[in-house]
Amino acid sequence: MTFAQLIFIILAAMTLGSAFMVVTSRNLVHSALWLILALFGVACFFVFLNASFLAVAQVVIYIGAISILLIFAIMLTRRVAQDTAPPITGNWFWALVTSVLLFGVLVWMVSLWHGFQSTAPALSRNVDPLRQLGQALVSPNAYAIPFEVASVLLLAALIGSIIVAWEKRLGRG
Amino acid sequence: MSDPINAIRIWLQGLLLSWGLSDGVVAVILAVIGVVALSTFVLVMDILLVWVERKVVARFQDRLGPNRVGPFGLIQPIADVIKLLLKEDIIPRGADKFVYNLAPILALATVLLLWAVLPLAPTIFGTDLSVGVLYIVAVGAISTLGIIMAGWSSNNKYALLGAFRTVAQLVSYEVPMVIAMLVPVILARSMGLNDIVQSQSIWFIVMAPVAALIVLITSIAELGRAPFDLIEAESEIVAGFHIEYTGMKFGLFYAGELLHALTVGAIVSTLFLGGWRGPGAETYPILGVFYFMVKAFFLYWVIMWIKYSLPRIRIDHMLNFNWKFLTPLSLIVLVITAVLDKLLPRSNMWIYAIGMLIANLLIIWVTLQILRSRARRERQRVAQPGPIATPELSMAVLPSSNPRQQTTPPSNPA
Repeated sequence: MTFAQLIFIILAAMTLGSAFMVVTSRNLVHSALWLILALFGVACFFVFLNASFLAVAQVVIYIGAISILLIFAIMLTRRVAQDTAPPITGNWFWALVTSVLLFGVLVWMVSLWHGFQSTAPALSRNVDPLRQLGQALVSPNAYAIPFEVASVLLLAALIGSIIVAWEKRLGRG
Repeated sequence: MSDPINAIRIWLQGLLLSWGLSDGVVAVILAVIGVVALSTFVLVMDILLVWVERKVVARFQDRLGPNRVGPFGLIQPIADVIKLLLKEDIIPRGADKFVYNLAPILALATVLLLWAVLPLAPTIFGTDLSVGVLYIVAVGAISTLGIIMAGWSSNNKYALLGAFRTVAQLVSYEVPMVIAMLVPVILARSMGLNDIVQSQSIWFIVMAPVAALIVLITSIAELGRAPFDLIEAESEIVAGFHIEYTGMKFGLFYAGELLHALTVGAIVSTLFLGGWRGPGAETYPILGVFYFMVKAFFLYWVIMWIKYSLPRIRIDHMLNFNWKFLTPLSLIVLVITAVLDKLLPRSNMWIYAIGMLIANLLIIWVTLQILRSRARRERQRVAQPGPIATPELSMAVLPSSNPRQQTTPPSNPA
């Protein structure tokens, strides 16, 4: 076993273990903190794959924005620390069946992919993945249209949130 | 002799290889030594910062500052550290122990993480990350997390209020900061901090003064220093998120804040003031470290100057300032910089720089005009006599008569 494999196993154990803690921990804030550790583990995998931009973007978006928003929402919930509902509800059987089926289908789909047998070609030194990503996002042959569609969607969401939060003028309604 | 750090590194590498260790092991050992050396250097400087901060505050407030222990009071921080270590360590009842103990470590560690990408000199840097600017933003996000964890786990209402304010402030000010940090990225055509410093043959503060100012202001807000110290406003929420912390755990927050202030100075000087650039820095890298530290400490002094001159701003003003002023301004600066970058010739850096400077001056002038007209309108509005409660007026509130005069809602004084 090489050094890289050892690190991979430790990272995988950390990510999966904290993901397990997310769903089993009684305290909601603890769940959120475990979720952050799991997401951080995913960022570590990106570092492992030499995808530094994706790793940093993972930390900025998932830890910096989504998780903090989540914790904020949890902290605004009343009496969150005293909440002691049982973590297993009556639907546990069907939840188990659905998740095992879904997991099986996913494993089957992924195992059909031929990329598992081949090893990844080594990146040459003078290739800048960040520059290639940036050019792919604006090039019409690559991802220009999905990128613009996503931008318009986000803009619509922004304007919508402003409209929702708009202070109603007196005498209008 | 001009580059002692790399000379030591090469000597150590040769020594370890001669002991028969493999290349990979030697690289790991050297990396560990590098991390330990850099963080020790930064943390020892942090102890000195306590003295610097107290001396400078004292001068701003017309006092002498610490001057009893050692020459000029230089040993005072050591005495402070010993005092903090001897204090009783209190964990409040109902606190979440693990999170409570983790929070101060995160607060200081995230600041140390920032030094990993800052180039101290052309050949002395932790790592040359191709996404350096984004890395700084990501680490800032983790430091927000440390403050939230401290506020929540203390089981204290004031601490929780401090954490709420932190989220509102830090998450909002991240938006204009990221946008303004993109301006040097456009100018340098790279996100790596080494490339940004390398391409500053003309300092970026000449080409992008507005972006530099926005980054400085938003960084002060991220620091939670006055005038943005609502996170720990003493008169409102006692000490905010670190209210329950005692001894060295409080010390870690305090040290983290001081070091963060210097680090912000270092980041802004890297992005806009040329980093290690200065006469002779290319041939003698150790001079580069000196220039870098001088610039970082100058900006640290500016931050202290702002902190001890301005009062705390109100929370609604803080948010309005961010969303209605800094964010639109930074977007406009970004768009204009991007357009001009395509229009101006990059072959002649002087024409390019002067064009950028003129555009920035125009932006500043237009902004000041808009602000002036807004202020004039606001003064006229305030100068008008407010309605006095009379029977006729209370009748007039009903929509039957005189609908225009009383339309200003009383609940909206801003």
